[in-house]
Amino acid sequence: MNATLLSVVGLGMIFIGYRFYSSFIAEKIYRLDPDFETPAHSMRDDVDYIPTNRVVLWGHHFTAVAGAAPIIGPGIAVIWGWLPAFLWVILGTMFFAGVHDFGAVWASVRNKAKSVGALSGDVVSPRARTLFMIVVFFLLMMVNAVFAVAISNEFQATPSSVIPAWTAVFVAVGIGILIYRMGVPILWPTVVGTVILYAVIYLGERFPIELTAGMVPVGAQWILILFLYAGIASLLPVWLLLQPRDYINGIQLFVGLGLLYGAVLIASPTIVAPAINPNVPASAPPLFPLLFVTIACGAISGFHGLVGSGTTSKQLNKETDARFVGYLGSSGEGSLALVAIIAATAGFASLGDWEAMYSEFGNGGMTAFVQGGARIVSAGVGISTEFAATLLAVMAVLFAGTTMDAGVRLQRYIVQEWGTIYNIPVLQNGYVATVAAVTACLLLAFGAGGPSGEGGMLIWPLFGTTNQLLAGLTLLIISVILVKLGRPVVYTLVPMIFITTMALAAAIYQLGNLYREGGILYPLLWIDVAIVLLAIFTMLEAGSAFLREKRAAEARASA
Amino acid sequence: MTTRDARPAPEPGMDRSRGWFARLQDLLDEFYAAPYRGALARARRDEDDLFMLFVFAELMGVPNPASYYTLELQPVLLERFHEWHRRQGLDHSPLDGFRCC
Repeated sequence: MNATLLSVVGLGMIFIGYRFYSSFIAEKIYRLDPDFETPAHSMRDDVDYIPTNRVVLWGHHFTAVAGAAPIIGPGIAVIWGWLPAFLWVILGTMFFAGVHDFGAVWASVRNKAKSVGALSGDVVSPRARTLFMIVVFFLLMMVNAVFAVAISNEFQATPSSVIPAWTAVFVAVGIGILIYRMGVPILWPTVVGTVILYAVIYLGERFPIELTAGMVPVGAQWILILFLYAGIASLLPVWLLLQPRDYINGIQLFVGLGLLYGAVLIASPTIVAPAINPNVPASAPPLFPLLFVTIACGAISGFHGLVGSGTTSKQLNKETDARFVGYLGSSGEGSLALVAIIAATAGFASLGDWEAMYSEFGNGGMTAFVQGGARIVSAGVGISTEFAATLLAVMAVLFAGTTMDAGVRLQRYIVQEWGTIYNIPVLQNGYVATVAAVTACLLLAFGAGGPSGEGGMLIWPLFGTTNQLLAGLTLLIISVILVKLGRPVVYTLVPMIFITTMALAAAIYQLGNLYREGGILYPLLWIDVAIVLLAIFTMLEAGSAFLREKRAAEARASA
Repeated sequence: MTTRDARPAPEPGMDRSRGWFARLQDLLDEFYAAPYRGALARARRDEDDLFMLFVFAELMGVPNPASYYTLELQPVLLERFHEWHRRQGLDHSPLDGFRCC
């Protein structure tokens, strides 16, 4: 199979989804009204609520949701062959993620820009809100732990990426100070910062950094360094690091996507991996249901709902912009996942090389994306494979690193809130709350991955499962709102039932696997038990809320 | 705050009367600022709240070594006093003889 053909077919289908399916959903299901006064106007305060250009909002939604996860997930899932991953990413983007992200923005805009969490309490039940908060906390803990493990693995696989990745932190701080403190117009810091970032890649190649194993294994050293950094970074003012880092990532995302798709078009590589892998390693779980949780971001992800109903809905200028921002934003993420599939299947010299990379479940991921993508970029653009590998590794590490910054910060807020709710003053302290958040993540990373932390990628399917549960909850909220309005619910309810069932089945399957891996005291086993219970409660909540609203709607109709 | 506003929505980067360079700058500015506008405004407000506490400290019986300087600022900050004490969780002005509500 030719990779160019696959990318054209994939992008074409995503475009068809946007052009026709999202238009149908906008007109017939969500019934967008160009005259509806959005919260950005009705509650305008020029701070949180402010009408914003839809292209800018689309850029935010896209860059906020497209990070390291749509690279790692497809990079692992191609172990079953490229076809299942391709179909799930494309059909998931068209019929699941698009409707989910678009729906989260719409539901929030129609309800005074409330977040999905708040809406779950209002629309479904207070119990659903509690469920939602627990799922979000699990999700944050897992995302921080698993991304630390992924970065640690990548630093060891591509030591040339260490200097450029850490330089990006200083470039970001420089941009933050220039723009916020010194009022320099944004264009020049952007240009100079980007040039420095790419120039430093040469430096990284000349001086690869490899830590030496001493008392602490190398992987564990990186994980400790990363969490020390994330803890400090999460306490810094937003303008100094997080905001400029996010901005740099946005630029990197556009540059990276352009580079990868451009290289695929020019080099036109052949996919060496089989469409359906007949020699799946014994350690790999069955495709059903694990594919649907291994690829969460890139097909459908509950995290998007948090973004869509967080900042996006407060800034939407017109209700009709929700389609462009929500559906097309998730389509952008689908296109990143698609190119990750191509990199991880067409970027290898032979089937033997590919099979060597995928000798065990959990391998591949970011490393397959970097190595495979580098071969394609090198063939297409003419730069050396080593330079291209460092460039892609830096891109992926920066995405994951920024998510860690933001994730630890959010976890700190949650711990501080618990301190307030349960009246524990010590937890209200920012430093104490940060240490508590970081410790929880470290326990998970080392608890799952052993003393070196290297086995921590076992967290990945659990992270995906939790993410899909969150997506299921968001789709449930949208469905209940649609029932109340007397509109068809099949377009949101079917994805909701499918994704929650897959999440539950995957969580149950993993129970046995995790028990075999680490015995009864394995922390991941107990997290998985909690996820199974959460999934069951979510389904019960969904059933009861749905029937309640359906009966109410029928009673209204007969009255 | 829930004020209705009749001002047209800003469309950075779309104002054709400006050159392409200025429009690009506007778009980048907005792309940089929009997601963090609320977080930054809240951080700035927290700093301002602390400053208000310094300025009005003596009126609440807290000794303030810099009162010689901060006294001058009181009339300037008076406008924000009401919103400030409400944000601190006090429905009514905490100061006797200095009632804003």
